[in-house]
Amino acid sequence: MLSRTAAALYWLGRYLERADFIARLVEATIRLDALSTRPAGEAAWESALAVTYTDEAFAATGEALTQAQVARFLTLDMSHPGSIVRCLEMARNNARAVRTALTREAWTAINRAWLMTQQRSSTGGAIPTLNLLEQVKGETRGFEGAIHRMMRNEATLLIQLGAAIERADNTARLVEIKYHLLLPEDEQVGGVVDRDQWNTILQTVSAVNAYRWLYNDGLQPANVIDLLISRAELPRSLAACVEEVVALLNALAKRTGLQGEADRMARARMARMQKTRTHDVIVSGLHEHLEAFVAENAMLDAAIARQFRFI
Amino acid sequence: MAASGAFDEIWGHGGPENPRAEFAALSEWLADTDAAELQRRQQSAEAAFRQLGITFAVYGDSDAAERIIPFDIVPRVFLAGEWARLSEGLEQRVNAINAFLEDIYGERRILKEGIIPPELIYLNEQFRAEVDGVRPPHGVWAHICGIDLVRTGPDQFYVLEDNARTPSGVSYMLENREAMIRLCPELFRDFRVAPVDSYPDMLLKTMQSVAPGNNPKPVCVVLTPGHFNSAYYEHSFLADSMGVELVEAADLVVDDDVVWMQTIAGRVKVDVIYRRIDDDFLDPLVFRPDSMLGVPGLMAAYRSGNVAILNAPGNGIADDKAIYSYMPEIVRFYSGGEAKLPNVETYRCREPQALKYVLEHLPELVVKLVDGSGGYGMLVGPTATRQEIADFRAALVAEPHRYIAQPTLALSTVPTLVEQGLAPRHVDFRPFVLTGSDGVRVAPGGLTRVALREGSLVVNSSQGGGTKDSFVLLDDGA
Repeated sequence: MLSRTAAALYWLGRYLERADFIARLVEATIRLDALSTRPAGEAAWESALAVTYTDEAFAATGEALTQAQVARFLTLDMSHPGSIVRCLEMARNNARAVRTALTREAWTAINRAWLMTQQRSSTGGAIPTLNLLEQVKGETRGFEGAIHRMMRNEATLLIQLGAAIERADNTARLVEIKYHLLLPEDEQVGGVVDRDQWNTILQTVSAVNAYRWLYNDGLQPANVIDLLISRAELPRSLAACVEEVVALLNALAKRTGLQGEADRMARARMARMQKTRTHDVIVSGLHEHLEAFVAENAMLDAAIARQFRFI
Repeated sequence: MAASGAFDEIWGHGGPENPRAEFAALSEWLADTDAAELQRRQQSAEAAFRQLGITFAVYGDSDAAERIIPFDIVPRVFLAGEWARLSEGLEQRVNAINAFLEDIYGERRILKEGIIPPELIYLNEQFRAEVDGVRPPHGVWAHICGIDLVRTGPDQFYVLEDNARTPSGVSYMLENREAMIRLCPELFRDFRVAPVDSYPDMLLKTMQSVAPGNNPKPVCVVLTPGHFNSAYYEHSFLADSMGVELVEAADLVVDDDVVWMQTIAGRVKVDVIYRRIDDDFLDPLVFRPDSMLGVPGLMAAYRSGNVAILNAPGNGIADDKAIYSYMPEIVRFYSGGEAKLPNVETYRCREPQALKYVLEHLPELVVKLVDGSGGYGMLVGPTATRQEIADFRAALVAEPHRYIAQPTLALSTVPTLVEQGLAPRHVDFRPFVLTGSDGVRVAPGGLTRVALREGSLVVNSSQGGGTKDSFVLLDDGA
């Protein structure tokens, strides 16, 4: 496989995963905004920006911190490189550059998602926005379905690898932001706002029911953290992503004979993670733990680029 | 009902009530399927093309950076006998083009014997001194030719243009067929249509047949300028359907006169390149130094015989419009017989007699720049304004050698779906002819382009033309 193709496939996976995550995030924020017993408005939207590290970029637009403005910024803003429409555009550009590595179905799924956002200029109110997000999620699901019908070769594995690396990053940021930024100072830990916020985070990663099945308990922040970090049964947990990266690198090594630094880093990360207990993480500092995870994930990303000679 | 009395491929001169006898069945199908139903199917084909991204870019048109070419649902049909005669003519013509190229970059017998004026070659921008004396692997130059044809009557076909550089459109031949099979399956029950989907196999065989040396498993690639190119869809489509890599220049390096592609597992040697990049951009060390599209050293590798390039660099001299007018002589010179496919009568404005005639008959003629393409830089006399004619007259007088002129032909029409229903629209046709070391293959089909505006003769996609499927029937019994 061409090096350029490999890089494009990997980034295709990352960008689509990112688009899906932002869709989920905006959806959750609308819910948080609506459910809150006091006007959560600004705080909720502030947190959505913080999760995506785009608070400064948004402030630079001079727009008000309202649902309409932030939702538009995160979904349809062509000038914001982290918006859904731009993620889809980048994904499509990568897909177009490597069309031969994709099946018709997979390409069509991406192209359709892109066409859909091209036809929209405004998100409208909450309901049309939710509809749009539902469509984005549907299209990315369609793409995931399509790649599961592709040949199980390097192309598919690289797309999935990009998605797994991106997903790990997204989940880590999501947990971190909640722990440190979200709760207003006058609110009690364990209070209504706190509960809503944890619940919303579970919603973001489609894990509300998973939580109930696994913990059989009311909403406990420590449990939510445990679920999102350590429970590999949840596809978006850090543990699941970390295991998936190891497995994908293994499968790539089998097919291409390429094995190296990225494999070693990924395996070491998994081994460490399996020994780590959530309770200890909380006691010793969740923030530092997550920050280190995100940094290590970025290093792993760079190692993958070297190992597969991305150009 | 036929436009300006032109021959209609389905209706003949009789109109819908009295079609050509061979096409009674097709005519019946057209009559039985109401226009709204045809419209619906056509729209669903276009929606599918859009979703699949079967697009082409129009340069300088930022609103429609990506357009689909309008698709017309009524096919044009060739009878088996018509096709057999056409194929013979195409084979003869492409063989002559190959012989001409071999001669021009070799012995130059055709110049020595005074058939073609030497200055027409040596002063031609399409003549590449860089490949003079170079013999491509297996002596094949024009591996993929798209020969543009027009028709004026049941057995009157004329060659309008030879494309021996990087002819495009074959993906439309294949995609239009896919659309027709999906949308009008009943037509394929009524007619035995030759399948076109073997084209990628034919192309791959052709590529493998010209690989240098005796490599039983040559590495073949398609070289594209990248995904911003207007024909990118076709490039990726061809690579994909042959199962070979689609590479950009950045993926290739030349080392010690050998071409390599850079893969995740390291370098892989490349034997055959189907390039969809013009000569000018192939190699900055030899052609345009400012080009970022090319591969430095590629031409050295080619000259050393280490890689085959399709089509061969330097082919432009064979499809140049100034050379075109000599094609009847070229065919006679190399094949020893008369051209089975005639040229359109062509006036070379560089010749004083011809120029005089052209200036006197401008309103009846089509005047073209010898180095123009895509419908740009041409005058269509009968539909031109006084001003346009005056402008062209001045240009002709100033630089006569840059122009040729041809009579406006009564191009055949094919029934086409327009808002009011079915109406005849003018068409042309581009069949694809492949030449490998193992012989010539004519794909049983081609690209029919249709001028969607009433009366218009301009079928170029950049000028608002559309396309149709082209059926080649396996028998004439329908």
